[in-house]
Amino acid sequence: MATYILKRFLQLIPVFLGATLLVYFLVFSLPGDPIVALFGDKPVNEAVAAQLRAQYHLDQPFWIQYLLYLKGIFTFDLGQDFSGRPIAAVLGEVFPVTARLAVMALIFEAVFGIIFGLIAGLRKGKFFDATVLIASLIVIGIPIFVLGFLLQFTIGVQLGWAKPTVSSAATVQDLILPAIVLGLGSFAYVLRLTRTSVIENMNADYVRTATAKGLSRFRVVRVHILRNSLIPVITFLGADLGALMGGAIVTEGIFNVPGVGNRLYRAVTQGEGPTVVSIVTVLVLIYVVSNLLVDLLYAWLDPRIRYDA
Amino acid sequence: MSDYISHGPALTGPENIGAVVLEVRDLSVDFGVDKKWVPAAVGLNYEVRAGEVLAIVGESGSGKSASSMALLGLLPSNSRVSGSVKLSGKELLGGDASNIRSVRGKDVAVIFQEPMTALNPVYTVGAQIVETVRLHNEVSPGEARERALRMLDLVELPDPEKAFKSYPHQLSGGQRQRAMIAQSLSCDPKLLIADEPTTALDVTVQAEILDLMRNLRNKLDSAIVLITHDMGVVADLADRIAVMRRGLIVETGTADQIFHNPQHPYTQALLAAVPHLGQGGAGSEGEVDVTAALAAATHAELESVDREELARRERENAAALAAAEAARASGEPVLELTDVAIEYPKQGRVPAFRAVEGANLTIYPGQVVGLVGESGSGKTTIGRAAVGLLPVAAGKMHVVGQDISAAKKNGKQLHQVRRHIGMVFQDPSSSLNPRLPIGESIGEPMYLAGVAKGPDLQKRIEALLDQVELPRDYRNRYPHELSGGQKQRVGIARALSLKPKLMVADEPTSALDVSVQAKVLELFQNLQRELGFACLFVTHDLAVVDVLADRICVMQRGRIVEQGTRDQILRSPQEPYTQRLLAAVPLPDPERQRERRELRAQLLATAAE
Repeated sequence: MATYILKRFLQLIPVFLGATLLVYFLVFSLPGDPIVALFGDKPVNEAVAAQLRAQYHLDQPFWIQYLLYLKGIFTFDLGQDFSGRPIAAVLGEVFPVTARLAVMALIFEAVFGIIFGLIAGLRKGKFFDATVLIASLIVIGIPIFVLGFLLQFTIGVQLGWAKPTVSSAATVQDLILPAIVLGLGSFAYVLRLTRTSVIENMNADYVRTATAKGLSRFRVVRVHILRNSLIPVITFLGADLGALMGGAIVTEGIFNVPGVGNRLYRAVTQGEGPTVVSIVTVLVLIYVVSNLLVDLLYAWLDPRIRYDA
Repeated sequence: MSDYISHGPALTGPENIGAVVLEVRDLSVDFGVDKKWVPAAVGLNYEVRAGEVLAIVGESGSGKSASSMALLGLLPSNSRVSGSVKLSGKELLGGDASNIRSVRGKDVAVIFQEPMTALNPVYTVGAQIVETVRLHNEVSPGEARERALRMLDLVELPDPEKAFKSYPHQLSGGQRQRAMIAQSLSCDPKLLIADEPTTALDVTVQAEILDLMRNLRNKLDSAIVLITHDMGVVADLADRIAVMRRGLIVETGTADQIFHNPQHPYTQALLAAVPHLGQGGAGSEGEVDVTAALAAATHAELESVDREELARRERENAAALAAAEAARASGEPVLELTDVAIEYPKQGRVPAFRAVEGANLTIYPGQVVGLVGESGSGKTTIGRAAVGLLPVAAGKMHVVGQDISAAKKNGKQLHQVRRHIGMVFQDPSSSLNPRLPIGESIGEPMYLAGVAKGPDLQKRIEALLDQVELPRDYRNRYPHELSGGQKQRVGIARALSLKPKLMVADEPTSALDVSVQAKVLELFQNLQRELGFACLFVTHDLAVVDVLADRICVMQRGRIVEQGTRDQILRSPQEPYTQRLLAAVPLPDPERQRERRELRAQLLATAAE
């Protein structure tokens, strides 16, 4: 087991190098001159522009820029963004916000998705099941920005049950509505996955054995059906954490959340190479680590899976 | 090994049978299918006494399982149960749910067919037994653990502590079934329902589990309802037998009555259909007395057979063997393996696995060679390699005169060779394309080989359907419209379509009911005689090769441990493993089975020394 985890961590190195290189190259290839764009409508002061280019190494060829960036990372200096703030500080500011948002969304989709999916599976073909299935189909079918504006307007503005926008502190309370919007699509998937899995396991032989032992229906469901049914769901949830963090751009835009998505969007439009690369790299690492955690959780849930050698 | 064997009295006589434990009256079960009630069992009446084993025998769809699951309310929700089921005088049917729940696992316990799926894969065996114990008894976790360990010891698991901590997948099939039995017995049930408890197991393991159940029956004095399709198992264990067919009990009687004087035509047909070891074999003289053969080979002395009788039977055997020696095969071999090793190639992190080592085997034209072994012995591997589905890792393999040991995967040479080989697979349902009418499935090999086209092809398909005795208009039907036996006939027709020189049949009848199996085997035998193809017949069932094979190869752990003519193997088995395998096959005859059991106990005792 320990060797397995170590191996997986060693895999992070090529993933890290590949991701940074690729993203750096993509940003480098973006059309337009970011420094010129910084001047906006004002006339470009060539001397200032040249100085800025030198400061951000933009006058160097691609490989030099990339290697300088890597060197910065290993000396714990991620550089500065175009407004002159250290990128490390920027990351420290935006990631906690988005992490809070993503974790809240994850909890929302896991708790409600599993509960609804379980009930629907146990009552296959009944009214609750049919309703939930159709509702989840609608949720999957409607684009997230439509849902976002809809909920923001109805729940946030008209009913006033939750705050329609987020303050700069982005407290848990502020984030309730955005988290629901962010998690809604995955919630529908979790629900359907749980339902299918429960239906499959309900007819398993060991469930019949459990019933034949004299266990109550509740205990059969909780101990014998649920744990077996959660195995595929956990896999989905783990992979989804990364997707939620990176995919929060639209939601963060709608609710004006000061998180990763907003900052990344700005960095991309302004061609701030180092900022984009830093944010994306952290996202990639989160993705890889959460996948590792899923695999370990998987082995814990299903003892038939063993990672030796 | 020897610990598993009971040396006590083998059968409980009627005199020490106790009070009625289970009384079933007018039990009917219906299933709702497409808004109609389809009966699965109709008006069943039977009772079981303490210390008695009642076997309910029948083929698939006879309602034996459904009616027994109905006793505990374990049927799916689309079912309807009526009648009366009394456990020690207390009515089980019709009460509220908690009533039946308090009975389940405590007074009535169930052993299921497939222990791999019947135990929850994500909990340890110990945890699952402790769960049962604590549910029905007010005991501390420690006491429950103690009890679970005692139960695991009772079912003769070699290391109860280890089994307790193991997950189901870490145990072998036999150990899993022991664990399942331990769980069932953990609350001292008055009634034990065993639903095909040995069907998923290898014969030698089956024999061990049957021994165990017989021991337990003598020790515990529970009533046992044994549900099975296997007459051999019935003969081994049952005191009384109820024969079921299409939802009805057609005959009930003591084991003696049913086996020696069956009244109902269906019972007679069922008994006749059971392929029993020693009975088959074209041309050879009479039935092989395997018991005597084993006794002769091992110099065993039997208590249950007197010495002179045994000697006479042994002499008969020897004479028949000598007579059978005359037949010799000739011609160019169709399949020849010389020191062949076969590997499952390395896949990702899973290293290559050598499934067969040093196999020597020759099949001459027109010969049927039975390849017998238990699961994991490598018999199917040889079958697959003969068709070029697995590469030969070492040695030489000649198929229809060509050396395919070095043939490239999917290369031209294999294509050529495969035109001369037909293959019949184990599961007829999954080996036919569900979206193709069976006529097309049969015609496809001929079409692909360019042998026939258009009207000519259609004629050939019809001829093949005739050969396997299926109506010609079946050609437009889809596999799901056919019964299991019919599907396997289609499989055979497809294998025959290119007029193969060699047929590889991989357990072609093991998924079928006995009466269907008997008919398919008969058809196969007739076709083989008529068309004269050579055949490698892979099976776990000795009784089946006995009917078909000219030669028998016995495999154990990737090696062919013994081979010879059918008569050599059955009448004079030399290898201890072959002897154990033969002794483990239950005979559908209670007295003969008693002799066989005694012999087996002796064999295992010598092996253990």
